[in-house]
Amino acid sequence: MIRAAQAMVKCLEKEGVKVVFGYPGAAICPFYDEIYASGIHHVLVRHEANAGHAASGYARMTNSPAVCIATSGPGATNLLTAIATAYADSVPLICITGQVSTDQIGCDVFQEVDITGAAEPFVKYSYLVKEASDLPRIMKEAFHLAGTGRKGPVLIDVPVDVQNTMIDFEYPDEIRMRTYKPTVKGNPLQISRIREACINAEKPLICAGGGVFLSDACSELRAFVEKANIPVVSTMMGLSIFPTDHRLYLGMLGSHGVKSANHAVRDCDTLIMIGARVGDRAILSPSFLAENKQIIHIDIDPAEIGKNIPVDIPLVGDCRSILTELAQGDYPENAHSAWIDEVMQSKGIRPKRDDAEGFIDPKAFIRMVSDRLPDNTVCVADVGQNQIWCCNNFAFRSGSRFLTTGGMGTMGYSVPCAVGAKMADPSREVLAVCGDGSFQMQMMELATIVQENIPVKIIVMKNTKLGMVRELQSKGYGDRQIAVDIGTYPDLVMLAQSYGIKAERVSDMSEAEEKIERLVSSDEAFLLECSVYERETTL
Amino acid sequence: MKHTISVLVENHAGVLSRVSGLFARRGFNIDSLAVGVTGDPAVSRITIVADGDEHTAQQIEKQLNKLVDTIKVKVLGADELLARELQMIKVNAAPAQRSEILTICEIMGAKVIDMTPTTMTVEISDSAVQLQRMHDLLEGYGIKEIVRTGTIAIQKGSVTIR
Ligand SMILES: Cc1ncc(C[n+]2csc(CCOP(=O)(O)OP(=O)(O)O)c2C)c(N)n1
Repeated sequence: MIRAAQAMVKCLEKEGVKVVFGYPGAAICPFYDEIYASGIHHVLVRHEANAGHAASGYARMTNSPAVCIATSGPGATNLLTAIATAYADSVPLICITGQVSTDQIGCDVFQEVDITGAAEPFVKYSYLVKEASDLPRIMKEAFHLAGTGRKGPVLIDVPVDVQNTMIDFEYPDEIRMRTYKPTVKGNPLQISRIREACINAEKPLICAGGGVFLSDACSELRAFVEKANIPVVSTMMGLSIFPTDHRLYLGMLGSHGVKSANHAVRDCDTLIMIGARVGDRAILSPSFLAENKQIIHIDIDPAEIGKNIPVDIPLVGDCRSILTELAQGDYPENAHSAWIDEVMQSKGIRPKRDDAEGFIDPKAFIRMVSDRLPDNTVCVADVGQNQIWCCNNFAFRSGSRFLTTGGMGTMGYSVPCAVGAKMADPSREVLAVCGDGSFQMQMMELATIVQENIPVKIIVMKNTKLGMVRELQSKGYGDRQIAVDIGTYPDLVMLAQSYGIKAERVSDMSEAEEKIERLVSSDEAFLLECSVYERETTL
Repeated sequence: MKHTISVLVENHAGVLSRVSGLFARRGFNIDSLAVGVTGDPAVSRITIVADGDEHTAQQIEKQLNKLVDTIKVKVLGADELLARELQMIKVNAAPAQRSEILTICEIMGAKVIDMTPTTMTVEISDSAVQLQRMHDLLEGYGIKEIVRTGTIAIQKGSVTIR
C-alpha cells in the first residue's frame, strides 16, 4: 500500500512527465511532499495562471499533455484563466488542484471553492476525486482525454484527505470508457469527394488552422497542398505551419489579417478549412461567404462542423490521417495557375508608415529580429498590437513555430508560455513579444526565469498605452481615451536588471541591428525594451 | 420549435449539471428536464424538452454527443414518440363538490390519491396537453398546489435507444 499522493506521482511518471509547473498551498501539500521524493522537476512560477500558461507552452511544443498544479481556493481560482485559455485553443493540460478534506466539502471552510463547478464550462472534463482508489484510473483517463480527439484541459481536484489515504497502486494498462471514442479516420467517400472538388475547382483555397499542429500534420498538409497546387491562408493559430515565403502561402486571414489572404477568401470558389473553427476574428460573416462558394470543412470535432458556417462537404477525423490520404490522389500538374498568379499579386504589399522620431518601427523591427534568429525559432506573441505586428511581420521559416492565444486573447500569456516552450526544447531559441501592458501582467515571471535559469528572449513593445484598446477608442469613440494610458514607468531595463536579467533599450531604428544582435547572441535571458510611438497603427 | 431529446449518460457525479449547463451556455431554453436510472443502474436517461430553431437543435445534439459522459443522444420527432408527464393537483373540494371532481377524474383517467374534509389530491399521467386540460377543469374549484415532473418520452414501435 502507498499513499494516494505517491500514486499520483507514480502515474505522472508512468505518463512520462518530467516537468510540472505549480504553486503550493496547504491542501496540496501531501502531493508536493511526494514530488519532493520523486525525479520530477517542479517549476515554481510566481502566479498560478502562469503555471497553466507555462504548461501550455510545454504541451504545445511536445504535443502531449503537460501538468500544472495549484492549491485549493485562491490557488485554484487563479488557475482558471489559464484553463479557459487552454480550452479555447485546444491545448492538452492536466490541471491538478488540492481541495479541502472530503468531510468539509460544502461547509465553506477556509480556502474551499467548488473549482470543478467553476471550471465546468471550459474544461474538456473534470474529476472531483472522492475515492483514493479511483486515482490511478482517473489519472490514466485524464491523460487520455486531454491528449486525444479534440485536445483540451482536464481538471483533477483532489481533497487533501484523499491524497493521504493509503491505496494499492496499480496503473491501469488500458482505458475503459465506453462513451469516449473520437473519430480518427476520415470517411473514404467524403475524402474522394474532396479530392474531386480540389481538382474541379477553378479557384480553390485552403485555410489552415491550429488543428494542423494539434494533429502533427504540418508536413502532410504541405505535401497535399504542393501536390494539388492550391494556395493557402492561415488562421492566427495556424501561423508558421507554412513558411512565410512559400510560393503557395498568402498570410493570415481575418480582421487583423493581410489583404492578400482576405481577398483570396473573398474570391475563391472552394474553401477548404482544415483544423480551423471559423472563429469570428478569422471569418466575420460566414453565412455571407457560404453563399457563393463551396465550403469543405475538415475537423476532429463534429460539433465544429456546421457550427459557424454552412458546409457542403463535412469531414470528421484527424487532420494527419486525412491529409495523408488526400495527398495520395492524382492531381493534375500546375493546376489553378491563373488563380495562383491572381492571388499572389498582392502578397507582401505593406501599408505605408510615417517615420516617428525617437521610436522604432515595430513592424520593420519584428521583421529584422526574425531575419536574424535561427530558422527553428519559437516566437510567442502576447495580445494586443504587439501580437498582430508579430503575426503579419515575423518571417516564419521552415521549422519555426509561432505560439499565441488565438481563442481567448489572454494578456500575460507570452512570457510564461515561452518559459514552458523553452523547457520543452532547450535547443531552440524562444522569443516572447509583448506590450508594456501585457508585460506588467506577467513580469513576476522574470523571477522564475532567473530561478530556473531559462534563457528566453523578451521584447517589450513599449508604447505607454494599452495600444490596441487605445486604437479602438481613437477609431470608434472619437479618440476619447480612457483607461488606456499606462505611463512610461516602470523602467523595464532597471526592472529586469534588478532580477539579474540582462536588458537594453532601443528607441531608434539606427540602433536596431546592434541591439538585435545582442539579444540574439546572448546565451542568457535577455529583455529588450523597444520605444514605440503611442499612435502606431496595428495594421 | 419544441424538441424532445433523449440522452443516455454515464451515471457519474456532476453529469446532470454538465448537461443542463450546456443548454444554458448555448442559449437553449429548457422547458422541462426529467432524469432517472435505466435498466442498467450505471446509466441514466435524461429527457429534455427544449425550445429553439433547427440549427440550434443540431448544435445541441452535437454538443451533447461531445460530453465525455454521453452514451447516446436522440432527438425524437413529434410523430415518433410517446410522451408522458406526471402531475399532482391539490384542489379545494367541499363535500358537495367531491362527486363532480370524481367524475372529471374518471373521464380524464386521473386518480384521487388523498383527501381531507376540504381538499382532494389527484394524480394524472398523460401528455402535456391533457395535463393542461385537467388543470383547466379543476381551476374553477380553486387549485391550492400543483406539481409536475417534466416529460419523459419513448419511441413508438419496437425501436429502442440504448
Ligand atoms: C487579461 C486581459 N485583459 C484585457 C484584455 C483586453 N485587451 C486586449 S488588447 C489590450 C491592450 C494590450 O496592451 P499592451 O499589452 O500594452 O499591448 P499593445 O496593444 O499596446 O501592443 C487589452 C487591454 C485582454 N485581451 N486580456
